Amino acid sequence: MIVIRTPGRLSLRLHPRAVAVGLACALLALAVGVLAVGHGDYPMTPADVLRTLTGGGSPAEEFIVTQLRLPRLVTGLAVGAALGLAGAVFQSLVRNPLGSPDILGFTQGAATGALVVVVLGGSSAALAGAAALGGIATGLLIHLIAWRRGVHGFRLVLVGIGMTAILTGVNGYLLTRAPLMDAARAVLWLTGSLDGRGWSDAAPLLAALVVAVPVLLACGPALRMTELGDDAATGLGVSLPRLRMILLAAAVLLVSLAAAAAGPVSFVALTAPHLARRLTRAPGANLLPAAIVGALLTVTADQVALRAFPGQLPVGVVTGVIGGGYLVWLLATERRAGRL
Amino acid sequence: MPTSRLGGSGLRLAYDRRVVADDLTVTVPDRSFTVIIGPNACGKSTLLRALSRLLKPAEGAVLLDGTDIHRRPARAVARTLGLLPQSPIAPDGIGVAELVARGRYPHQGLLRQWSRSDERIVAESMAATGVADLADRLVDELSGGQRQRVWLAMALAQQTPLLLLDEPTTYLDIAHQIEVLDLCARLHEEQGRTLVAVLHDLNHAARYATHLIAMRDGRVVAAGEPRQIVTAALVEEVFGLPCRVIEDPETGTPLVVPAARTRAGTVTR
Repeated sequence: MIVIRTPGRLSLRLHPRAVAVGLACALLALAVGVLAVGHGDYPMTPADVLRTLTGGGSPAEEFIVTQLRLPRLVTGLAVGAALGLAGAVFQSLVRNPLGSPDILGFTQGAATGALVVVVLGGSSAALAGAAALGGIATGLLIHLIAWRRGVHGFRLVLVGIGMTAILTGVNGYLLTRAPLMDAARAVLWLTGSLDGRGWSDAAPLLAALVVAVPVLLACGPALRMTELGDDAATGLGVSLPRLRMILLAAAVLLVSLAAAAAGPVSFVALTAPHLARRLTRAPGANLLPAAIVGALLTVTADQVALRAFPGQLPVGVVTGVIGGGYLVWLLATERRAGRL
Repeated sequence: MPTSRLGGSGLRLAYDRRVVADDLTVTVPDRSFTVIIGPNACGKSTLLRALSRLLKPAEGAVLLDGTDIHRRPARAVARTLGLLPQSPIAPDGIGVAELVARGRYPHQGLLRQWSRSDERIVAESMAATGVADLADRLVDELSGGQRQRVWLAMALAQQTPLLLLDEPTTYLDIAHQIEVLDLCARLHEEQGRTLVAVLHDLNHAARYATHLIAMRDGRVVAAGEPRQIVTAALVEEVFGLPCRVIEDPETGTPLVVPAARTRAGTVTR
């Protein structure tokens, strides 16, 4: 533990390993990003990419980087960060290592919104908007049902699982109602893809991150207190109902807008917080490391998909395979360690 | 009449529709070691939950320094009133010093995360509860008695004039029970804090309390100094237990000795 104190009354406490892990993952994500921007029909070396990004490229390079490739990268980073952050919040909120938006029903809610637009017909913008609305509406509904004198972790999980089951059924029904071409497009969306993302796809999510990240980080210390149990946290002066409301609202917003930008990219929200915690070895939610690891995971998965199966494989498939494999490994090792 | 910073009047305490206590009035005298006793389901833990604002009374109000405890900011209350719940959770892999440091939360801010006084108070709290040597150990590795002292250190680090303890001796063997109670008595005497504890053992309560609240069926049957209120008649009324009350040879406080079966009348000579 490092303590930084100023001559005034300011003091900051940092976990050196967490800071190192965060910085390392951020640098790695940027490196993957530079490689990603260089990859494509018009290959560019990392030096070219950096030169273009700093304003020294030819007009053609400028166009390729800022208009074609950078939006996809930024969307991937933002989606990964939003999912990692939301996953860490959910796991802390429901005190369960499996508490992720995939399992709690928000992802299915976003899918329902998107599928309604597919069936009724509508633009990509309408689809993204409907996905965001679907996720937020599911969040509100789960909140209303699970809310009895404050959101209780366990109840939230059970209501979420029930909601997931219902929405999965609804989504299946909607798919059968959609015209064949649209259904194919819908299934691609449902896997989660970063193909052809432009700045307009990334903008709403970036705006949400700008608001949600500081709010969630400010909630960090209170969130740490809730690990001691509801009673002890209240005794220490945490206002639990207010804290849970803020956390739930911010996390649902992030998940919904991430789904709007890239579809429901699976398992990042579940995996990133676990990986972050293992890397930092710091107890607790590890909010910022989870966001950084999420961003790194998503852009790396997208690059793996692009390079191994050019134009064929949506990023959601790779994150699903990695995340699913990781989950099985986690369950097996935790079980052996007697923790799960 | 002693002064009181914490108390409640006309309290109706209920979980959903199940009313545990109605029209309950209690006061915690300042600088007392108040112990609440009573049989199972008498409402003693519920009362402590209400006093520590974990349970909002359906009617009446718990007053802390004259204002409704639920109308005050949570952090401000936490700087006056500390709480050690019955079964707090130690997060996986947390160290002793780190856990004790969490007691400083209500005194910290986003830009004041770890001041020099935080550091000093945490060290003092660990010294006062005899866990300074354990500072670098993991909480998971400790025995039940050590762990309870660590939790007490955390509650102390909160530096509140009032401290509420919900059955602090549960799950401990007799030696560790006495160790924890001796520690509480010392904190009460040396640091002048007001302690309120729920205890199961009547003899522990009679020995350590300076103010005893005896409850049954959601009512306060008697309240006062143990030497004045603990009688065979009171124990019979509160616990339904025939007994004799003798003087504790160690401390001179009342000692409750349950009647033998023959005296209870089930078996006659």
